[in-house]
Amino acid sequence: MAAEKLSIVKAINASLRTALETDPKVLIMGEDVGKLGGVFRVTDGLQKDFGEDRVIDTPLAESGIVGTAIGLALRGYRPVVEIQFDGFVFPAYDQIVTQLAKMHARALGKIKLPVVIRIPYGGAIGAVEHHSESPEALFAHVPGLKCVSPSNAADAYWMLQQAIQSDDPVIFFEPKRRYHDRSEVDTEAIPGPLHAARTARPGTDLTLAAYGPMVKTCLEAAAAAEEEGKSLEVLDLRSMSPIDFDAIQASVEKTRRLVIVHEAPVFLGTGSEIAARITERCFYHLEAPVLRVGGYHAPYPPSRLEDEYLPGLDRVLDAVDRALAY
Amino acid sequence: MTVDSTAARKPRRSSSKRAGKPAASPGQPELVQLLTPEGVRVEHPDYSIDLTPEELRGLYRDMVLTRRFDAEATTLQRQGELGLWASLLGQEAAQIGSGRATRPDDYVFPTYREHGVAWCRGVDPTNLLGMFRGVNHGGWDPNENNFHLYTIVIGSQALHATGYAMGVAKDGADSAVIAYFGDGASSQGDVAEAFTFSAVYNAPVVFFCQNNQWAISEPTERQTRVPLYQRAQGYGFPGVRVDGNDVLAVLAVTKAALERARTGQGPMLIEAFTYRMGAHTTSDDPTKYRRDEEREQWEAKDPILRLRAYLESEGNADETFFAGLETEADALAKRVRDAVRSMPDPDNMAIFENIYADGHALVDEERAQFAAYQASFAEESN
Repeated sequence: MAAEKLSIVKAINASLRTALETDPKVLIMGEDVGKLGGVFRVTDGLQKDFGEDRVIDTPLAESGIVGTAIGLALRGYRPVVEIQFDGFVFPAYDQIVTQLAKMHARALGKIKLPVVIRIPYGGAIGAVEHHSESPEALFAHVPGLKCVSPSNAADAYWMLQQAIQSDDPVIFFEPKRRYHDRSEVDTEAIPGPLHAARTARPGTDLTLAAYGPMVKTCLEAAAAAEEEGKSLEVLDLRSMSPIDFDAIQASVEKTRRLVIVHEAPVFLGTGSEIAARITERCFYHLEAPVLRVGGYHAPYPPSRLEDEYLPGLDRVLDAVDRALAY
Repeated sequence: MTVDSTAARKPRRSSSKRAGKPAASPGQPELVQLLTPEGVRVEHPDYSIDLTPEELRGLYRDMVLTRRFDAEATTLQRQGELGLWASLLGQEAAQIGSGRATRPDDYVFPTYREHGVAWCRGVDPTNLLGMFRGVNHGGWDPNENNFHLYTIVIGSQALHATGYAMGVAKDGADSAVIAYFGDGASSQGDVAEAFTFSAVYNAPVVFFCQNNQWAISEPTERQTRVPLYQRAQGYGFPGVRVDGNDVLAVLAVTKAALERARTGQGPMLIEAFTYRMGAHTTSDDPTKYRRDEEREQWEAKDPILRLRAYLESEGNADETFFAGLETEADALAKRVRDAVRSMPDPDNMAIFENIYADGHALVDEERAQFAAYQASFAEESN
């Protein structure tokens, strides 16, 4: 297989398959990842081909999943664990924050924790409570963790390969509402650095910075803005820890305006950090304050209201208009 | 007493006691004992041990040196050399007995009080003091002695041990893993999840609960309504209560449990029934929550005195041995004291070291800013 069109789900599946084939120390662990192939079928067929010892159905205990993955990593394995939904990660939050993130430092670098935690995240799938959240800032805030989110199938394939090969723990946020979006994946390509931002669309009047599910929304906004004669640059950040501030700075020095878009609540979110740092770095370049578009300081609403809560085309374009009006 | 005050309200079946088994104290579930508090050797139908005089003296030496190390660390804390110390006073038999039961290829996951187990694993005692002095958060290489770092969040390491043991089984190795935790940690979800995972995957892990009766100020009866070792039954593996102040019984039971694990028979829970003679840590004041009489009752069960009584009654150790050990303990204490006092503060830049194995742009940026800030003081003073 070289280049072919795949959905994000299939790309992640192919990536896991490649990892299982190439490194006997790679393990897949999680609830329902075996026979069922995961509730989103991301691990479909893997247990059949690699066996129950490599693709491990676990008890329904998230702390146990991450805690035992830590122990397996200490033994030399490279576990890739699936948390079934974003809101289910919190029982494991203690293990992730107090143990996984800190053990390398605690051992003065003598041990490594190559654990990947895959979390399908974000909303717009009409789900019940705890199935639509975007908790990435809670993880990006923690030293010792790295957090990434692909927005397309090629990145899903390659970023997961890179996350599995990393000796650091990586939280891999999968944009579940985009799971079935298809795009070209070249499995023989040479991927860029895992934590580098990517210019998804070049432009000159304003930079839209986003990651994961919001990249597509921003691309749609840029296409709509073009009809009004506005040239928007869309940056796909790809990584929330570390954040590629150099790439954002370079874009903002060109466009002089920045709007950050994510599904997570705006307050103390990833966008807050970007706004603060870009204001420090680009104060004399900016023609307008850095604006943020995202979720409200409210629990993720019942699904009948999620279209109002989530940043859509109109809210993004409204922020663009405000920034351009300065 | 704690567990027993609850148990005592229930009807007891004394007929279940086997002939020849040492009688448990009234109101206590039976516990495996091979050496009475008076130092008299007794037999147990399920667990036996046969040690040479030299091995017996070795266990005694381990306990004495561990206690001396612990006392020196407590003193160093009082003198301001350590920020905190978690004393193991009273738990020497539980730790030396279980630690000496492990093989070099076994792997140990301790909590933060396992100084005696560390001793048995060959970890230099001075390595244990860095975190209490505040120069690191652990610092030793866990793979050097197969002794993992101390874990302060209680119960977390039970899952790490289980995962590690799952890996041992995958590797087809015949070593075992032992996880230490206390009666307080038995209330943590992670310990329950470790029991579940280890049982369903038949992981070669031994859970070693040192029930020292107190979780800071919370008694065991705040953790459980049933004797802790009985928890294992609900998960589908055996649990046993051993006299935690009897080094011979602890050694015998732990050896058997590790051997079970090594031969593919799965996990086991050992509850070492013991007592924390001192405070939880040097920041704690046990006079606020427990009675002097309780401590006095347990002093009569001292693990070191009872083995000494046995050694002397059998003629297995003489005054020369005890005096020589005293000298050795003094030398250890001096070495520890000197090592702590000469332990340098870490370099300022250590703040930014070992956060990530593969590096991180933000850490690089902040490290550079910090270095420039530090350098600015040097410039000012020029």
